Amino acid sequence: MTDQTPLVEMKDICISFGGIHAVDHVSINLYPGEVVGLLGHNGAGKSTLIKILSGAYQMDSGEIRINGEKATIESPRDARRYNIETIYQTLALADNLDAAANLFLGRELTTPLGFVDDAQQEAETRKIMARLNPNFKKHKEPVSALSGGQRQSVAIARAVYFKARILIMDEPTAALGVHETQMVADLIQELKKQGLGIFLISHDTREMMDLCDRVSVMKNGKVVGTERVEDVTEDDILSMIILGKNPLREGAEEPA
Amino acid sequence: MSSDTTDIPADIDPANQPHHTTRGLRGFLDATELDTRLLGMVGALALIWVGFHLYGALVNGFGAFLTPRNLWNLSVQTSSIGIMACGMVLVIITRHIDLSVGSILGFCAISMGVIQVDVLPAWLGLGHPMIWVIAALCGIALGAVIGSFHGFLIAYGKIPAFIVTLGGLLVWRGAAFLVARGETISPVDSTFALLGGGPYGSIGATGSWIVGLIACAAIVGLLLWGRRQRRKFHFPLRPVWAEWFLGLLGCGLVIGAVLLVNAYPWPRGIVRRYAEAEGITVPDGGLFISHGFAIPVLILLAVAIAMTILMTMTRFGRYVYAIGGNPEAAELAGINSRLMTVKIFSIMGGLAGLSAVVASARLNSATNSLGTLDELYVIASAVIGGTSLAGGVGTIYGAILGALVMQSLQTGMVLIGFDAAIQQVVVGSVLVLAVFLDILYRGKSK
Ligand SMILES: Nc1ncnc2c1ncn2[C@@H]1O[C@H](COP(=O)(O)OP(=O)(O)O)[C@@H](O)[C@H]1O
Ligand SMILES: [Mg+2]
Repeated sequence: MTDQTPLVEMKDICISFGGIHAVDHVSINLYPGEVVGLLGHNGAGKSTLIKILSGAYQMDSGEIRINGEKATIESPRDARRYNIETIYQTLALADNLDAAANLFLGRELTTPLGFVDDAQQEAETRKIMARLNPNFKKHKEPVSALSGGQRQSVAIARAVYFKARILIMDEPTAALGVHETQMVADLIQELKKQGLGIFLISHDTREMMDLCDRVSVMKNGKVVGTERVEDVTEDDILSMIILGKNPLREGAEEPA
Repeated sequence: MSSDTTDIPADIDPANQPHHTTRGLRGFLDATELDTRLLGMVGALALIWVGFHLYGALVNGFGAFLTPRNLWNLSVQTSSIGIMACGMVLVIITRHIDLSVGSILGFCAISMGVIQVDVLPAWLGLGHPMIWVIAALCGIALGAVIGSFHGFLIAYGKIPAFIVTLGGLLVWRGAAFLVARGETISPVDSTFALLGGGPYGSIGATGSWIVGLIACAAIVGLLLWGRRQRRKFHFPLRPVWAEWFLGLLGCGLVIGAVLLVNAYPWPRGIVRRYAEAEGITVPDGGLFISHGFAIPVLILLAVAIAMTILMTMTRFGRYVYAIGGNPEAAELAGINSRLMTVKIFSIMGGLAGLSAVVASARLNSATNSLGTLDELYVIASAVIGGTSLAGGVGTIYGAILGALVMQSLQTGMVLIGFDAAIQQVVVGSVLVLAVFLDILYRGKSK
């Protein structure tokens, strides 16, 4: 896998908010068909890092390469152009709109006259939801009426429909029950098989060990270490999170 | 509740329809897809109308409310507030407020007055047929520019809308005074005055029938088109009886409205003058010339249709709702919410300009105090019509019904002889009560 061009390379990324170095010289990469997990305490800088990739924040310095080419991402719209889709824990749906309107938000299907083609959008939504979440029935209701898992499946459907190649998931299961968490985990496996690269943020170390190929641990805006999951134990990860040191390679650089 | 259920005729019993599984009133509503909120508002309106009429009949010996004359006047009086309420819906959906609309109205009205009375006649000659068009367009454009400016300060200057438009409330009212040093400009251009209604500013019996038939055709067309779309995409169809019911109800209301406005004749004096001018001899029993729909009502109707299309069928409308529902999600979906804010306030300002046309034409004069306190009635209309101050929710038809409720209260209280102080107490209380009921309603439907 290492001789391939990475799908995403983030090199030496820095951003600070009024003196706080939220992300401090972080480098991280992602290959097609790979799930890379980001772990760390609250405030470690995980969300900030991936928000730079999704265009919500603009980095102070550093470089982003997509498929080996330098990319300029200054807004969510730019990120979408690079087929980057983001799934947030809560942020990403407009509660007052129905599933179809959310799925197509910002990229509506239109009739030849330029009007939003609601019927076509609903039909497409029904089609894709039948595949991803066959239990999904509430097509006419605002998404505020949906359960956390159903909402998350709408967000994931958005990524799938628009053929995302890079998927960012920031605590996608934090608000979900056991059953719904499993459903999202299954979806992640499915998307991985289709060759997407996925950045996954979660606090559940066990879940991360199951889903990810590699995990990076962050503390105080810096990467403590990045390891393949088969090379580490859950305890290693926990000690990296807590102590901010990599027990496997003291002082080592990020592995190539 | 039980009395409501018996209202449904047995022949339209919704049992055994695949479209919905419920029965009784609930089933009826599900089948017709009528909004309970809408029905509630129509019910409240009916209550107000019948209440005022009965009060007049019992206490004053004459029920003056449910007469063609009063209802026709009510329709004209609702126009100006209704036009602005359509814009206020967008503003409130996106979690803003506009306190300046009444002042913008006043400023636009006085500016249009100066343009059509002092400026244009000097250029084009007195009574030139283009004067009214140019004046009206200037007024609307002026309103839109002022609105954009407010929107710009809110979106890019990050000043809260409350403050910007509170400032605007004072600034534009003051500016309206300065434009003509407080003088009243009267009369306005005679063609311009038609935009405010009155016997000549109405389209008459034949015109009203034409409008009514077009509306009926549109209702039937929309129902048929909707059914075809649903079939095409394999969505559940409304039962056939429900389609018939909606079609008949819609057309019935339209035809009822036409009959009503046609039942209100021109006053005798105007008929006599008209007859003299046209060289007609008036028969002994007098000449019955119908008003028909007033032009400002048609303007309101056109605005309502255009705004409904904008809000329900275009990306712009979709983004307005998205921003109101979750500003962060909208931004992350690539929507430029700042530019949207500018556009929304620009529309609001333009509609205030259009309202200024209607209001000054109706008075046949422009004064710097025109539109005073209108912001409150406009906001109240939108809110009574179901626009949520928390953002994300609201409809154009609701706002217009809200405007009708507000105006009905106002007119009704004048008819039964309440003085201005009591009117204020009632209108203020109704606003608070309406919002409270709305909160209860939303709490239950969650
Ligand atoms: N928009 C912002 N303004 C100011 N500080 C911020 C902003 N976003 C993040 N931060 C700060 O950056 C640090 C990293 O936060 P975050 O990326 O959310 O952490 P994590 O997702 O790992 O819990 C925190 O100290 C947080 O307070
Ligand atoms: Mg976070």
